[in-house]
Amino acid sequence: MEKVLEVKNLQVRIKKETIIENLSFEVKEREIFCILGPNGAGKTTLFKALLGLIPFSGTIKWKEGIKIGYLPERLSRRSFANIPITIKDFFFIKTKDLKKIKEYLEEVGLDSSKILDKNPSQLSAGQFQRFLISWVLISEPQVLLLDEPTTNVDISGENFLLNFLSKQREKRNLTILLITHDLDIVYGFATKVLCIYKKLLCSGIPREILTPQLLEKLYGAKLKFYIHKHG
Amino acid sequence: MVDPFLLQLLVGFFVGSIAGLLGSLMIIKRMALVSGPLGHLALPGVALALLYNFNLFLGALISITIGSIFIWLLRLRSKLYLEVLVGIIFASFVALGFLFLPIEHAEEALIGNILKINKIDLLVSFIIWVVSLILLKRLYSKLILLSISEELAKTENIEPKKYYFFYLVLIALICALSVKIIGILLTAALTILPAAFANNLSRNLSQYFYLSFFVGGLGTSFGIFVSRVFNLPAGPLIILSFAFLFVISLIFQRK
Repeated sequence: MEKVLEVKNLQVRIKKETIIENLSFEVKEREIFCILGPNGAGKTTLFKALLGLIPFSGTIKWKEGIKIGYLPERLSRRSFANIPITIKDFFFIKTKDLKKIKEYLEEVGLDSSKILDKNPSQLSAGQFQRFLISWVLISEPQVLLLDEPTTNVDISGENFLLNFLSKQREKRNLTILLITHDLDIVYGFATKVLCIYKKLLCSGIPREILTPQLLEKLYGAKLKFYIHKHG
Repeated sequence: MVDPFLLQLLVGFFVGSIAGLLGSLMIIKRMALVSGPLGHLALPGVALALLYNFNLFLGALISITIGSIFIWLLRLRSKLYLEVLVGIIFASFVALGFLFLPIEHAEEALIGNILKINKIDLLVSFIIWVVSLILLKRLYSKLILLSISEELAKTENIEPKKYYFFYLVLIALICALSVKIIGILLTAALTILPAAFANNLSRNLSQYFYLSFFVGGLGTSFGIFVSRVFNLPAGPLIILSFAFLFVISLIFQRK
């Protein structure tokens, strides 16, 4: 399979502090590539570097002409609450094609006739997440970067999202890079996992490499819970 | 000859409408007080203009520009919050302004004097009005996206620094222009109040844009009109008209 992304000796320093050092990895087309690591491991920073939003040294090579969609972590319904903006307005920033907008909303299971004139902050947490995903997808990206997409949704929302992403991957040949804390997602969904804590700890197929020893190294004492669960 | 009263109404509309639009972006970024200090930065320039009898707009603009550069330099050097740095510079500029300000002109500097509005002001405000209206109409939704999420904006190829700079330049121009109309004390209100009114009543982005624009412009002209009828200073009446409108909008605000 074709390489979509190649990262070599990536180093990111913010205010003299090294956030990421010496990180190298590859992502291939149609992979579901999970990035796992504790808080402060540099996961979000890695995404920002991949998107060219922050300075870095080393090389980041995307496949030529590839289109990237990004869903940041901190975007919340509250960001929309004090702005008189409708869901239609928000899509209009990208495209004025109303038929296409409706199609994309229906695809994530939202009733476009009911929500187009609503403010995004009026949606439920699950609906809001679907709306954002459809907003990202309407630019027809070939790669999706999702930062903790399941943090604020319940289990059914999480299941919907993962199923939906799997389908989209088939339909559009999507490559998905996903940051998560959730080991269930890594085991059940990822085709490849990258564990980082500032530098690379390991990478490979989840069931082969995520040993209890490694997880302990990654998460310390908290992990006992997980070992129990999966053990 | 243009009738002086008509001149005032027109300049009021041009300045007020753009102030309203800028305010509509300002209040959602929680930067509501930025234009307050920016207005205050005008004082030394205004004082010198009154002392040496040159155009207030020019004095105000130069003074605001210098003040903004100072704030920017401090920002590079200091770890303190922006609000603190703005406060330091703004207090120093007000203090400096009062050193020069001829006391008989104090009222004019603080709350404005629309009788001083001349044809040059009309020309300048008209040009700024046309250019900023065209640019804001085109960039409005991008500026809104920027205020929702800088990261999303960046992935849509919107470079925040460029847009913030453009936005600050417009605010400085409008603050400088509004010195004659409402004086340096009330510039913040001219941007915040019409936008707050529009925010209460609008349900979508295009309503918000046009309401801020027209309420800002027409409200300013209306205040000037009322001041003529009652023979009272225009600045305070403009702001009080807006405050009245704002209270009304609270009754009808969107849920």
